[in-house]
Amino acid sequence: MLAYVVRRLGQSVLVLLGVSVIVFGLLHLTGDPTRLLLPLEAREEDVRQLRALLGLDDPLWLQYVRFLGHALRGDFGLSFKHQLPALTLIFQTLPATLELTAAGLTVALVVAVPAGVLAALRRNSALDALCSVGVLLGQAMPVYWLGLLLILVFAVQLGWFPAAGRDGLASLVLPAVALGAFSMARIARMTRSGMLEVLAQDYVRTAHAAGLRAFVVTYKYALKNAAIPLVTVVGLEFGILLGGAVITETIFAWPGVGRLAVDAIFSRDYPLVQAIVAVLATVFVLINLAMDLLYTYLDPRIVFVRSRG
Amino acid sequence: MPPPLLAVERLQTHFPTSRGVLRAVDGVSFTLERGEVLGLVGESGCGKSVTSLSIMRLVPPPGRIAAGRVLFEGEDLFAKDDEAMRRVRGARIAMVFQEPMTSLNPVFSIGDQIAGAVLAHAGGGRRAAWEHGVAMLDQVQMPSPRQRARDFPHQLSGGLRQRAMIALALASGPAVLIADEPTTALDVTIQAQILDLLRRLQAERGMAVLLITHDLGVVAELCHRVAVIYAGRIVEIAPVRSLFARPLHPYTRGLLQCLPHPSRFGQPLTTIEGVPPDLRQVTAGCRFAPRCVHVIASCRTTEPALEEREPGHFVACPVLR
Ligand SMILES: Nc1ncnc2c1ncn2[C@@H]1O[C@H](COP(=O)(O)OP(=O)(O)OP(=O)(O)O)[C@@H](O)[C@H]1O
Ligand code: SF4
Ligand SMILES: [Mg+2]
Repeated sequence: MLAYVVRRLGQSVLVLLGVSVIVFGLLHLTGDPTRLLLPLEAREEDVRQLRALLGLDDPLWLQYVRFLGHALRGDFGLSFKHQLPALTLIFQTLPATLELTAAGLTVALVVAVPAGVLAALRRNSALDALCSVGVLLGQAMPVYWLGLLLILVFAVQLGWFPAAGRDGLASLVLPAVALGAFSMARIARMTRSGMLEVLAQDYVRTAHAAGLRAFVVTYKYALKNAAIPLVTVVGLEFGILLGGAVITETIFAWPGVGRLAVDAIFSRDYPLVQAIVAVLATVFVLINLAMDLLYTYLDPRIVFVRSRG
Repeated sequence: MPPPLLAVERLQTHFPTSRGVLRAVDGVSFTLERGEVLGLVGESGCGKSVTSLSIMRLVPPPGRIAAGRVLFEGEDLFAKDDEAMRRVRGARIAMVFQEPMTSLNPVFSIGDQIAGAVLAHAGGGRRAAWEHGVAMLDQVQMPSPRQRARDFPHQLSGGLRQRAMIALALASGPAVLIADEPTTALDVTIQAQILDLLRRLQAERGMAVLLITHDLGVVAELCHRVAVIYAGRIVEIAPVRSLFARPLHPYTRGLLQCLPHPSRFGQPLTTIEGVPPDLRQVTAGCRFAPRCVHVIASCRTTEPALEEREPGHFVACPVLR
C-alpha cells in the first residue's frame, strides 16, 4: 500500500513537471514575448534591454530552470494588468471556483447515482425511460444555453434565485445546476450500466441467497462494486467541471478563476495565464491522486495486482 | 408420518426465449427428510441449478416459476411475501455455489460478508456478528481464522474460498443446505477435503443436504438417496444402494457405465450416444427416447410416470423391468 502511494506521488510529480514545461512554453509559443510586452512602436534598443532583463538571451534550459525555481516558490511574476502577484489574484478567486465546481459535482452525484441505480433496478420501466431522456437532454444541452435558460426561468420569471453574482447559497444553485448537468448525465448513464453489470454477478445472488435485505444488497454489496469505475470518472469529471467553470462563471458573473482566466487571455496577461494554468493543473493532479487512493480503498484487488506487475 | 422437511411438487420453471419457452424444469417432484443427504445428478443443462434456484425463489429474470409448490416445514414458499421469503433464505435454507471465485463479493473481506449474513437474521451488534463469523471460519477449518477473516476473496486459494463460502452459508444454522456442484471448480485433492468437510458438518448439525453434482462417485460416498434428472424431469429416484445395485432407467444405466470401474479395466469408457433434447421443443412421450437403446413405439407417444418398483425406488420407464 505504502509503496503504491509513494509511486503514485512520484507519478504526480512527473505530471506536474510536464505541466511546468507546457506552462513555460506558453510564453514562448507565441514568439518573442518582448514583442508582446512592448508597444509596437518600441525601439530595437528597448527590446534588447527587456530581453536582457527577462533573461531571454540565456539558453532555454536555463530559463526553464529559473522559471521552475520561481514557480516552486509560488512566484509567477506580476500580472501585467493588475500589477499584483499573479498567485495572489488566483488565491482570491480560487475558493469561488472550487466552491462552484464542488457544488456542480455534488448536484451531479446526488441526482445521478440514485437515478442510475433506480434505472438499473427497474430496467425498461417508465422510470428507466425517463432517466434515458434526462441523460440525453443533459448531454445534448450546451452549458451556456442551459445557463441562460435557467436564468430566464428561475431568476427572471420566477425570481427564485439571483441571476448573477456570488452572494450566499441561493446564488450558487443555478450555476451549480448548469455546470453539473453534463456530468450528471454521464454519471447517471455510467451508474446504470455499471449496476446492471454488477447486479448480474454471482456474488449478488450469493447475498440474496444468504437472506440479506434487498436494500443492503443493492446499496452496499452491489453499489460498492459499481462505484469502482465511477470513481475514475468522477475524478475526470472534476477536471472537466473545472474547465466548464470558465463558461459558467462568465454567464453567471461568478467571481472565480475561470472569469479571471478569460479576462487574462483577452488582455494577454501572460504571467497570470501561466499561473492559472499551473494552479488548475496542480488542483487537477491532486484530485486525481486522491481519487486513485480512494480507488485502492474501494477495490482491495488493485494494489495487489499492480504490485505484482 | 410427519411431513417431509422439504417437498418440491410438480415444479415448472420456464425461460421465455426468442425461439419459444424454454422449459428448464418441467414437473419435478421430490422430498427431502430431516438430516437426509439427497443427491441430484444429471448431465449439464438438465435443470439442476434452476431447480435449486427455484426452491430459493432466486430464478434470474426473465425466468419464472410457472407452476408447482415448494413446501418447507409444511409451508408453501411460493405463497410467502418477499420479506417472509428473505427470512427463510440463509436462515432456514442456505446455498453454496459452484464458483467460489465469483460467488464471493470481491470488495468485502470474507469476515465482513459472513458478518453481513449473520446480521441479516440475528440481532446483536457488528462485533458479535464478526466474532460469530470467525467461529464459523474455525468450524470450516480455515487456518488462522481470525486473520483470514480480514482477507479478501482474491487472497484465498480456491479451496479456502469454498470453505469461506460454506461458512457463509451455514452462519445462521440452516435446516437445509443446497450445495450446487460445490467441488466441480476445485482440484481433485481439494475436492476430497471439501467433501469430507461437508460430510462432517452435515453429521454434526443434522442438516438436510441437497447435493447437486454430476459425479456419481460423490453421490455414492455422501448421499442417502439420489434423484436422476434428465431434460427437466426426474427419471429415477432411489436409495443410493438400490440405485447402484439395480439401476432401472436406461439413462441411469448409461450414467453408471460412464464411470470407470475395475472390472472394465483396459476397456474404453463408454458414453451415452447423442445429446439431450432442446428444452424449447415440447415433445410427446419419453424425453430419453432419441438416445435410448431400449426404445419401443409406445415410448414416443406416452409420457412415462414415476412408479415404485422396490420400496423407495421410483423409475419413469415402463419398458425395462
Ligand atoms: N438465465 C437463463 N436464461 C435462459 N435459459 C437458462 C438460464 N439459466 C438456465 N437456463 C437454461 O435452463 C436449462 C437448465 O439449466 P441449469 O443451469 O439448471 O442446468 P444444470 O443442470 O445446472 O447444468 P450444469 O451441470 O451445467 O450446471 C439449460 O438448458 C439452460 O440453458
Ligand atoms: S420409456 Fe422407452 S425411451 Fe424412455 S427410457 Fe424407457 S425404454 Fe427408453
Ligand atoms: Mg448448474
